[in-house]
Amino acid sequence: MLAQGYRDAVRAKRTRAALIGIGVVVCIALSAVSAEVELGKLFANIDKFASYIGRIFFLENGQPVWTDPVEWYWGIGRWLSLLGETLLIAYVGTALGAVGGIALAFLAASNLSPHPVVRAVTRRYLEFCRTFPNLVFALIFVIAFGLGPLPGVLAIAIHTMGALGKLFFEVIENIDMKPVEGVVASGAAWPTVVRFGAVPQVLSNFVSYTLLRFEINVREASVMGFVGAGGIGQDLIESIRKFYYSDVSAILVLIIITVALIDFGTERIRHRLIDAGTSA
Amino acid sequence: MNARTTSIEVMRRRHPEIFMPAWRRNITGIVVFIGLAALLVYGLADLGFLHPRIIEGLGKLVSVFAMMLPPDPGSVERAIIYLKALGETLAIAFLGTLLGAALAFPVGFLAARNATVGRVVHFLTRRSLDTLRGVDVLVWALIWINVVGLGPFAGVLALMTSDIGSFGKLFSEAIEAADKRPVEGVLSTGGGALHRVRFGILPEVLPVMAGQVLYFIESNTRSASIIGIVGAGGIGMHLAEQIRVLEFQHVAFIIVLVLIAVAAIDWVSTRLRLALIGTKRVAMT
Repeated sequence: MLAQGYRDAVRAKRTRAALIGIGVVVCIALSAVSAEVELGKLFANIDKFASYIGRIFFLENGQPVWTDPVEWYWGIGRWLSLLGETLLIAYVGTALGAVGGIALAFLAASNLSPHPVVRAVTRRYLEFCRTFPNLVFALIFVIAFGLGPLPGVLAIAIHTMGALGKLFFEVIENIDMKPVEGVVASGAAWPTVVRFGAVPQVLSNFVSYTLLRFEINVREASVMGFVGAGGIGQDLIESIRKFYYSDVSAILVLIIITVALIDFGTERIRHRLIDAGTSA
Repeated sequence: MNARTTSIEVMRRRHPEIFMPAWRRNITGIVVFIGLAALLVYGLADLGFLHPRIIEGLGKLVSVFAMMLPPDPGSVERAIIYLKALGETLAIAFLGTLLGAALAFPVGFLAARNATVGRVVHFLTRRSLDTLRGVDVLVWALIWINVVGLGPFAGVLALMTSDIGSFGKLFSEAIEAADKRPVEGVLSTGGGALHRVRFGILPEVLPVMAGQVLYFIESNTRSASIIGIVGAGGIGMHLAEQIRVLEFQHVAFIIVLVLIAVAAIDWVSTRLRLALIGTKRVAMT
């Protein structure tokens, strides 16, 4: 009896697993046709991938790049200033986006929103802002504002506002409402309620999320130049397209080091914030 | 009255920091804030925000949005082309995520402190994963185009490469967070290293991993929708092209298509995720 029941249970589980497996395989097959997957071509040319990666670490004269760092980084002055511009784009974009996100988050949070209609409209707007990748906005802004860093900053700011606005209003919805009630009881208007009831509780979380976003935005800003929206991406895509192999590795190494340094720095600040938040 | 003032004087001398004006207690915070604000103003000036060009641009932007209405593909043939490209985008996202997850699965164990085979391996795996993540997916796409030529296949491989980096990290964190006790149980019955992984760790982390894969299919759909800008297939190619030729009604049509597709995938993947893990929420980082 028991053994029979066990076998049935196991069989039901196996049938379910098999059905899911078949479904996934069918999806894979359909996608493979649509995405023009050609494994033959991949295996025939896979050595090109390895040789490309190898190739970018050799100079024009056939020597490995580390034998002559001066030749490898011949454009260091220009690249460093472009890298600075990239960081500035990321910073200004993040700052503008965070300010917008904070303002909208208080309108979108269900416990503090001044009106349900305001809340619904704000939430739809935030969704719209974060659904599109930065580059789509950047392409459109390049048409309106012309080539340069300005459209890149605006694109990052809009996407950041959408992404941070959502995280922020979730933080706000989790706050302790007692301080807020205290301020309301003293007869304060909405801005005062937000300032003294909610902001002290959410500030450290906001800073932490903003730092995370800054880290992401540095990566994003490094490819803004692909569509003409400023930063080091312009030089990167040019060197890839024109097969300046050693320049590709030089710029990529610069970007990777910068991103790693920023990751490291923001992580340390965030840990300190979290420690301060728990001990207080 | 007199007694009270003296006691306040005493307290003031004993705890000077509490009697400081509020702004002086928080002096570092204020300095950091002023520094950041100054940098912001410098950035705005340096990047061209204070130029009259911005007013002109805003005007143009309004007219661009006006030209987008109503969204219209122009003809049925164009609509079919866009729909096919959308299908291609979804296929790229799906295959790229799946391949990335499959390849990252063993790597995740090597990168997890409690399941790796050695400290050197652990360190090297971590650093390679960081490098894979540090290079943008568009750059990977450009590199893969050199290998398999223009087209969606390069997009699949590019998403796969950058996902190996993300999944490797997320999987290793899931493995490190796994409960130690099942592993100890398997060890106590005399199980080897593979038994430990198969029966001690896998049952616990597999649902978490599946949740992360589902979440990534959604975010990769967004990435796949722009990867066409560099020629790696999907709807991004049409999007960039229609923006360049200023056919904004087509642009709006494509944008609406992508919005609907992302919303649909979001809906499906949330359902599947909830089915996988019950009502618990998946931690997303």
